[in-house]
Amino acid sequence: MTADPGETPAGTASAGTAVDLTAAPKAAEADVPAALLAQSLGQYLRAWWIGVRSGNSGVLPVVLAMVLVAITFEIITPEHAFLRPSNLVYIFGLSTVYMMLAMAETVILLLGEIDLSVGAVALIGGVIAFKLVQQPGPGWPWWAAVLAALAGCGVIGALQGTLVARLKIPSFVVTLGGFLLFSGILVVVLGGANGFLTVSASVPSQRVIYYMVQGVIVPIAGWVALAAVVGAAGAALWLRAAARRRQGLVAPPAGLTAIRIALVALIGAAVLAICTVNRGTPLVAIRGVPWVIPIVLVVLGAWTLLLQRTRFGRYVYAIGGNPEAARRAGVSLAGIRTWAFALCSATAGLGGILLGSFFFGEYSTNTADPGQLVLYAVAAAVIGGVSLFGGRGKALHGVLGGLLIGGIAYGVSLLNLGPLATPLEYIVPGGVLLGAVLVDVLSRRGAGSVTGV
Amino acid sequence: MTEMNEAPQGASRPGDGAEPLLKLRGIDKHFGPVQALYGVNLDLPAGQVTGLCGDNGAGKSVLTRCIAGVHQPDHGEIYFDGRPVHIRSTRDAAALGIETVYQDLALADNLDIVQNMFLGREPLRRGLLDEDSMERQAAETLSTLHVTTVRSIRQPVASLSGGQRQAVAVAKAVMWNSKLVLLDEPTAALGVVQTRTVLDLVIRLRDRGLAVMVISHNLNDVFEVADRIAVLYLGRMVAEGPAADFDRQSVVEYMTTGSSSGRPFEPAGSASGEG
Repeated sequence: MTADPGETPAGTASAGTAVDLTAAPKAAEADVPAALLAQSLGQYLRAWWIGVRSGNSGVLPVVLAMVLVAITFEIITPEHAFLRPSNLVYIFGLSTVYMMLAMAETVILLLGEIDLSVGAVALIGGVIAFKLVQQPGPGWPWWAAVLAALAGCGVIGALQGTLVARLKIPSFVVTLGGFLLFSGILVVVLGGANGFLTVSASVPSQRVIYYMVQGVIVPIAGWVALAAVVGAAGAALWLRAAARRRQGLVAPPAGLTAIRIALVALIGAAVLAICTVNRGTPLVAIRGVPWVIPIVLVVLGAWTLLLQRTRFGRYVYAIGGNPEAARRAGVSLAGIRTWAFALCSATAGLGGILLGSFFFGEYSTNTADPGQLVLYAVAAAVIGGVSLFGGRGKALHGVLGGLLIGGIAYGVSLLNLGPLATPLEYIVPGGVLLGAVLVDVLSRRGAGSVTGV
Repeated sequence: MTEMNEAPQGASRPGDGAEPLLKLRGIDKHFGPVQALYGVNLDLPAGQVTGLCGDNGAGKSVLTRCIAGVHQPDHGEIYFDGRPVHIRSTRDAAALGIETVYQDLALADNLDIVQNMFLGREPLRRGLLDEDSMERQAAETLSTLHVTTVRSIRQPVASLSGGQRQAVAVAKAVMWNSKLVLLDEPTAALGVVQTRTVLDLVIRLRDRGLAVMVISHNLNDVFEVADRIAVLYLGRMVAEGPAADFDRQSVVEYMTTGSSSGRPFEPAGSASGEG
C-alpha cells in the first residue's frame, strides 16, 4: 500500500506551491509530457530538459546514439568512409528489414508480450512472395504475390496469437516454437542448406519486387514529392494545433509546432540531398531516393495512425499498462492480442520481401538468418525506446532503432576485421541492447518510486 | 450517448419512505460450498450516501459485485427504479447507470487522464478517436466535480497523487449519466488531505442527485458522509437504517458480533427520515 505518494516528494518541491494537492510533486513533473505544462517555448524547453534528465525523453537517446555511432565509425573506419552518401543509402537499405521487424515487434512489446518468431515469419513471407512470382511456376503478378505473403504471415500470426491469447500460453514459448518451426520449414522450401530463390528485373511480374529497395525515384520527382508531403502534413499539423489552442484544448506552443515542421522539412531535404549525390560510377550514375524510403514511411505512418488514433491502438497501450483495467473497461483482451500478433506477422512478412529485394532479388539461407533477424528486431525496438515491460513506445522508435542497429552492423563490417567481424556483429548490438534494457529498467524504477504504486 | 450528467436542480432527497433507486431483496450467493450472502436486503435511495460496513469476509465485496454485474446472485430480486432487473454483466450495469470505482482503481498508468476516463467507450469521428470531444467532456466533468488540482488532463495517470487518481476514477464513473456509484474503499490508501478531497467529492455526487454506496472500514469516513448505514455480518445484513440511528459503538458491535448490546437492530422509527 502506498503511504501518500503525493507528499513524499513535496519536501523537494520548489517553493511557491501551496501545501495541497496542487503541489504536484517535482519529481512527478518529469513524467508529464513536457508540452502539456508549458505555455511558452522557453518553459517547454525547461520541462523537456527535466524529462531528459529523468530518462523519459522519447527519441532523444536513440538520435544521440546515432550521432555518436556515425562519428565513431567515421573516425575509425579505413578511409573514413562511413558517412559517404553511397554508404548512408546502403545503410538505409540494409536497415529496412530491421526497421520493419522492429515496428512489428513494437506492437507486441507494447502489449507486454514478446514475439521471437518475427525473423522466421518474415523469411516465410519473403519466400511466399518470391515463390509465387516464379516463371516458370505460378507466375502471379507482384501485387497478388505480396498480398498473399502478407495474408499468409497474418494467418501465422493469428494462430500464434490465438495460442497466446486464448490458451494463455506464454508468448515467449509459443513464438520460440514458431521460430524453430518456421526456420526449419524455410530451409525445406528454399531447397536445402544452399538453396535459393531469385527474382530478376527482366521478368515483368518480378520487376517491382526486384526494385522495391534498390529502385530509385528521379531526384526532381523526389523534391516535388517532399515539398508536397511536408507542405500538406505541415499545414494539417499547424491548423490542427491552432484549432486546439483556439478551443482551449491541450496543444504545444506555436513555436514548437513550427520547429517540428521545420525539422521534418530539414531532415527530408538532407535525405534527398544525400540521395541526389551520384553513388554509382561516373559512367553509370545512380542517383535519387530509393523506393524503400517512401515504403518505410508509409508503413510507419500506418502503424502510427493505428496505434495513436484508433481504438485498437488505445487498447494495445491500455493492455500493456494495466490489463485488468482494460478488461474491466470491456476491452476484449484476447481479440486485441490476436489481432496484434496477426498485424505484427504481416508487417514482418513485408520486411522479409524487402530483405530479398535488398539482396538484388536473391533469397537464400546465406543472406537470411532468422535468429539474427529476431535478435536485431527486438534490440532495435528496445534501443529505439520501446519498453520491454509494455505500454511505452511508438512505431517511430522501432524505425530509429532499426536504423541504428543497421548502422552499427554495417560499420563493423567496414572495419576489415577478418575473422573478428562476424562475432562483433553480435557483440556490439548485444552490448547496446543490454545498455538500452538497463536504461529502460532504471527509468521505470525511477518512475515507480515517484508514484509509489 | 456520452451526454453529461447534468446536476438536477433541487434534486429531490427522498426520505426512506420513497421508492429507493436500487432495491435488493433476499439476495443469496454461494461459491461452491461457501455461502457468502444470506437473504440480503438493501435499499440505495437516490441523493443519499449509503455506507456499507462489515468486517473482512462479511460479504461486502461479493454484494458490491452482485450489483456491479460481476457476480450473479443465486436467489433474490434486484429492483432498479422500481423495475425488476437482471444484471448479468458489467455492461448491463453500465446500461442501467451503475458504475463501480474499484479499490485498485483500474486505471492504466501509462495512459493520460482523458484516455483513462474514456477507456472502452471512446467516441469516434470518421473511424478515428475523437480526441477533441473526449478532452472537452473530460475537462467539463472534472470541473463540475471541482477536481481542479491536476495540472493538465493530458498528463499520464502515473504522475498523479493517490487522491488525484481516486478523483479521476470517480470522475470516470460519473461521466456516463450514471445514477448509482459504488465506491470500494475509496480512502484506504490516502493521506489526510487527500481523504478530505475524496469525501468532498462523494458529497458532491450526492448533491447532484446520485445514489452513492461507500464501502469502507473507516468509520470516521462513513459517519462523515453517510446518510444511511448498512452493516453486513457473516453474509447477513444485520443492520440498515438512517445514519442517525447509529453511533460508532453500535456499528462496531454490529460488525463484530452481529448485534448491539445483545439486541438485533431495530429501526428507531419505522420509515422516518432524519429531516
